[in-house]
Amino acid sequence: MSKQLGNQADDYRWPHRHLLSLEELSSQDIRFLLTTALGFESVSTRSVKKVPALRGRVVVNLFFEDSTRTRASFHLAASRLSADVLEFSAKGSSVAKGETLIDTARNIEAMGVDAIVVRHQQSGAARMVSQAVGCSVLNAGDGQHEHPTQGLLDVFTIAKRLNRTDTFDFTGLKVAIVGDIAHSRVARSNVHALQKLGARVVLVGPPTLLPGGFRDMGCELSHDLDAVLPGVDAVNMLRVQFERLTSQAFPSVREYSSLFGLTAARMQRARKDILVMHPGPMNRGLEIESAVADSPNSTILEQVTNGLAIRMAGLFLTVGAS
Amino acid sequence: MRQIADSKHVEVLIHGLADAVAAVRLEAPADQTWALVGIRNRGDEIARRIARRLDAHGDKPPVPVGSLDITLYRDDLSEIGSQAVVGTTDIPFELDAVHVVLVDDVLMTGRSIRAAMASLIDLGRPRRIWLAVLTDRGGRELPICPDFVGLDLTSEPIEAGEHVYVHLKPADDKDQIAVGPIG
Repeated sequence: MSKQLGNQADDYRWPHRHLLSLEELSSQDIRFLLTTALGFESVSTRSVKKVPALRGRVVVNLFFEDSTRTRASFHLAASRLSADVLEFSAKGSSVAKGETLIDTARNIEAMGVDAIVVRHQQSGAARMVSQAVGCSVLNAGDGQHEHPTQGLLDVFTIAKRLNRTDTFDFTGLKVAIVGDIAHSRVARSNVHALQKLGARVVLVGPPTLLPGGFRDMGCELSHDLDAVLPGVDAVNMLRVQFERLTSQAFPSVREYSSLFGLTAARMQRARKDILVMHPGPMNRGLEIESAVADSPNSTILEQVTNGLAIRMAGLFLTVGAS
Repeated sequence: MRQIADSKHVEVLIHGLADAVAAVRLEAPADQTWALVGIRNRGDEIARRIARRLDAHGDKPPVPVGSLDITLYRDDLSEIGSQAVVGTTDIPFELDAVHVVLVDDVLMTGRSIRAAMASLIDLGRPRRIWLAVLTDRGGRELPICPDFVGLDLTSEPIEAGEHVYVHLKPADDKDQIAVGPIG
């Protein structure tokens, strides 16, 4: 047991009933979850893509924001653990009739569920739900705060590509996160996960979208992608979230693209084996050029695949802890 | 903790299991495929050692060896919950129509074996599942009966509060079977 968990202590126990943020997880928690996810990977490649681990449990997808892959990924992850899944959308529901988030969550819990997966446009929504209900709550993205499973699947993808799954130790690695850092919950979760595993993080974006507060979190800040690119092992290209941009954050899409878009020409400056990541959905030709997104450096589809194992591990551990 | 078998004895027991499997396999038709699947974290090492002995005989094709993690199939998951440590299953061959020898270190209640069989059947359709255990300490709670037993401890005076430990290199510093308090 100790051998397989690398540096994990033998008496370690996963202590969290909820998965709300990576900020509150210890590096040991993160490594334990990632190691657990390794065990779930094979479930998706065999003939019967199901294990009985959460048989008889109920998982609810409670999504107040549009989502395709995260919702589908959580649904599939719960199904592969043999849980029953209830899909709940804000559109056309009692929320549209004026019900509050807490009332909605309590009503769903009253049906006897074991876990609620929440996505909401307000930062802190998942924590608020977790304080109002007795079941496990998993944050599938809350406003501009965190998207923990995305952060976990991103570091899982890096570890797999760079053969660091035996220890999940990222000492010596440097990762750039590029784009709209200010509005990005993906960036926040990634910063926490990467730093806790020992990597250095450099955030790149236009000054309007790059809050100085990240420097206090120990990140390097830069407005010059060309200067950063040669020195990093992975570059995570964030989507420009037009739906969250309320003011004119940059003069034009074309200017943003020419300064911060990952083009084939710009890739010449990077290390040959650099990992190109994107949480999706991509704006092809804006933050990332098609030739780069579809190159061997790209981990974009692996990230989606790895998301399943990560979410299975997250559901298994949190529901198991309650 | 009192030792029941030292490293020499453990080697004899594993060779005995291998020879018993070899004898059955010798009588089987030549086109039958066989494989060993060990239950983690000691059964897989026993399976590897059995395979080495079988392959040393040399009169049959090499036997592939896989390792099985049964955590997700345990029937006490809801009780142990987050204490469960999920490992990886690594069976790099097809199980369909194969004679699979399931290998475990200690057979007691039979619940691990039930979980292992459920897992194997989800992975494919073996022609037949055999069961080889290094020790049988008795105390069955399910109708499970091993085909090959190394050391029969069913008549040994082992207290209910005691645990049979199988230590094997390289996970442990030496090979031995011992009895001691749980924990």
